[in-house]
Amino acid sequence: MLENSDRIFTNLYGFQGWGLKDAKKRGDWDHTKALISKGKEWIIQEVMASCLRGRGGAGFPTGRKWSFMAKDDGKTPRYLIINADESEPGTCKDRDILRYEPHKLVEGALLSGFAIGAHVGYIYIRGEFYREAEHLETAIREAYEANLLGKNAANSGWDFDLYVHRGAGAYICGEETALLESLEGRKGMPRLKPPFPAVVGLYGCPTIVNNVETIAVIPTILRRGGAWFASIGTPDNTGTKIFCISGHVNTPCNVEEAMGIPLKELIEKYGGGVRGGWDNLLAVIPGGSSVPLIPKDVCETVLMDFTSLAKVKSGLGTAGVIVMDKSTDIVSAIARLSKFYMHESCGQCTPCREGTGWVWRMLTRLADGIGVVEDIDRLEEVTYEIEGHTICALGDAAAWPVQGLIRHFRPELERRLRK
Amino acid sequence: MNEKSEVFVFSKENEDRVQEIISRYPEGRQASAILPLFELAQRQNGGWLPKSAIEKITEMLGLPTIRGYEVATFYTLFNLEPVGKYHIQICGTTPCMLRGSEDLKRVCKKHLKIDCKETTKDGLFTLNEVECIGACVNAPVVQINDDYYEDLTEESFLALLKDLKAGNPVTPGSALGRQGSAPLEKETSC
Repeated sequence: MLENSDRIFTNLYGFQGWGLKDAKKRGDWDHTKALISKGKEWIIQEVMASCLRGRGGAGFPTGRKWSFMAKDDGKTPRYLIINADESEPGTCKDRDILRYEPHKLVEGALLSGFAIGAHVGYIYIRGEFYREAEHLETAIREAYEANLLGKNAANSGWDFDLYVHRGAGAYICGEETALLESLEGRKGMPRLKPPFPAVVGLYGCPTIVNNVETIAVIPTILRRGGAWFASIGTPDNTGTKIFCISGHVNTPCNVEEAMGIPLKELIEKYGGGVRGGWDNLLAVIPGGSSVPLIPKDVCETVLMDFTSLAKVKSGLGTAGVIVMDKSTDIVSAIARLSKFYMHESCGQCTPCREGTGWVWRMLTRLADGIGVVEDIDRLEEVTYEIEGHTICALGDAAAWPVQGLIRHFRPELERRLRK
Repeated sequence: MNEKSEVFVFSKENEDRVQEIISRYPEGRQASAILPLFELAQRQNGGWLPKSAIEKITEMLGLPTIRGYEVATFYTLFNLEPVGKYHIQICGTTPCMLRGSEDLKRVCKKHLKIDCKETTKDGLFTLNEVECIGACVNAPVVQINDDYYEDLTEESFLALLKDLKAGNPVTPGSALGRQGSAPLEKETSC
C-alpha cells in the first residue's frame, strides 16, 4: 500500500484550494529555478531513472520519448503539447488534476518544456471540461502574474509560454496526431506515423505530446528524485498512478495508489467492494474501454500494471477500472462500447469506419439473441480485419473489447442464440 | 446546417477576445483559432453555430469556407441547429449505463415529452445522449450547458429538471454531496 507521504496528488479530491497560494503550501513551485538550473540533461536523466511510463494509455517510457526529439537547430520552434482530451470511457483522472491540482500541471509543463527545448506549450483540453478549463486558465494566469511563466519563467532564464486550447467533442483527438491536426485547425484525423511528432509535429516542428498525469508528476519526480519514484511499484511499472474505479462498486472513486496494486485490493479497499459482495463479480474492464475485459477468476489475483495485465491479454491502458457485477447484461455492455467507437471513428480508414458500425449492429443483434452461432465466429473474424489495418489505434480499441467478450463469454453468446 | 441566419458579427466585447485568441498561435498559423472562435460564436449566439458565423470566421482566418463546414460538422460540440436554453446531454456510455443512464434517459423523455435531438415547445430544453464525458466514477452523469450533474438518480434528476423549469437555483456536482471523486463513506487519501 502506498504511504501517505509518497502521494503526489495530495489534493486529488479538492478538499483544499486549487489556486497558487494553496498549491505552494503543498510544495508546488518550490525552488523551480533550482531544478531548471541543473540543466536539461539532468532533468531527462532523472525522468529516465524514474522509469516513468506515459499515463495516457500506451505506457511508452516518457524519458525515451523525450530523447527522440529531433536535434535543436536553434531556428525551428519546438513544442510541448499536453493531452487533456480525456475521453476514454472509464477514465476521469485528468479531470481531477485539471480542476484541483492545476499548478502541478503548469509547473510540470515549464520543467518538461525546458527539458525538450520548447518555449511554447499548448494544453489541449476536451471541450466538455468547461469548468476544468476555467481552473486551468486561472492557474496559468496566476503563474504569469507571479512571473512563473512567460519571459524568464520562474527566474530561470528560460522563456516559456503556455496556452489552453479547448477541443470540441471528439474522442479521436486524444490520439496524438489527430490532436495535432485539430490544434492546427482541421478535422481530427490521425496522421500516418512515421514521421513521429518528435520529429515532425505541430506546424511541422519537433513536438512532444504527453498526457496530463505524465506531466503533472514531473515536478515531484525531480524534487524527490527518479530513484524515489522507481522505488514505488513493480519493476518496469514504477511510481504511483491514479486509478478510477467505476461501475458496480459500493463507493466508486478515484485514488492514487502504487502501480502493481492487486486489482482485488483496489476494488475492496477503495471501491468499497463489489456491489453484493466479491462473489457477485462478473467481469472487470481494467484499463478503460479499449482493453479487453477480464473475468472474475483472473480478477482474483491480477496486479494492476502494464506487464501483469498484458499477460492476461488485457492492459492497464488509462487505469479506468470498470466493474461489472452479475446483474450486468455483458453483451449489451460491450455493445454499448461498440456504439461509442462507431460514433467516434473519424471515418478516415475504411476498416474502422465501416467495421465499427458493423460490429455494433452485429453485437446488438446477438444481445437480442438474433442470429446463428456461426455469427460469433464471423464477428470475431471481422474484429481481426479491423485490428492492425487502420492508421491509428482506434480500430484496435474497437476490436479488443469484442474479442475479450468472445474469449471469455462465448457460452453466454451461444446461450442467447439457442433460446 | 441552419441557413436561416443573418450576417454574423462578433459583439464588441468578443472582438477583443477574438484578437486575444488569434494571438495564441504563431504568425501564419491563425487557422488554429478555428475551434476557439467557433466556440465563442456559438456562445454568443445562444448555444448554436449558424452558417453565417462559420463563413465569417473562415473569412477572418483566411480559410476556404468549405474548411469551416468540415470542421463544424466533424466536432460534436458544435450545434448546427438552435438548442433550448438548457442543453441536456445524458452520458450513455457503458460506465454510466451500468449505473442507470438508461433510466435517466427514459424519465427525461417522459417528463419533457421529447425524444433525443428534440427541443421542448417552450424552447427551454434540448435533449441529447452523448458519449463518455469523462466523469465515470460519478456516474451517471448529465451535462447541462457548461456544468456536470453527477451521481444522479431518477428522483434527483427529475427534481433538477423541475428546478430548472421553475427557474430555481441549482447546484452542479454530485447529487449525493460527494466532494469531487472522493469515495462517499470515508476519505481515503487526503
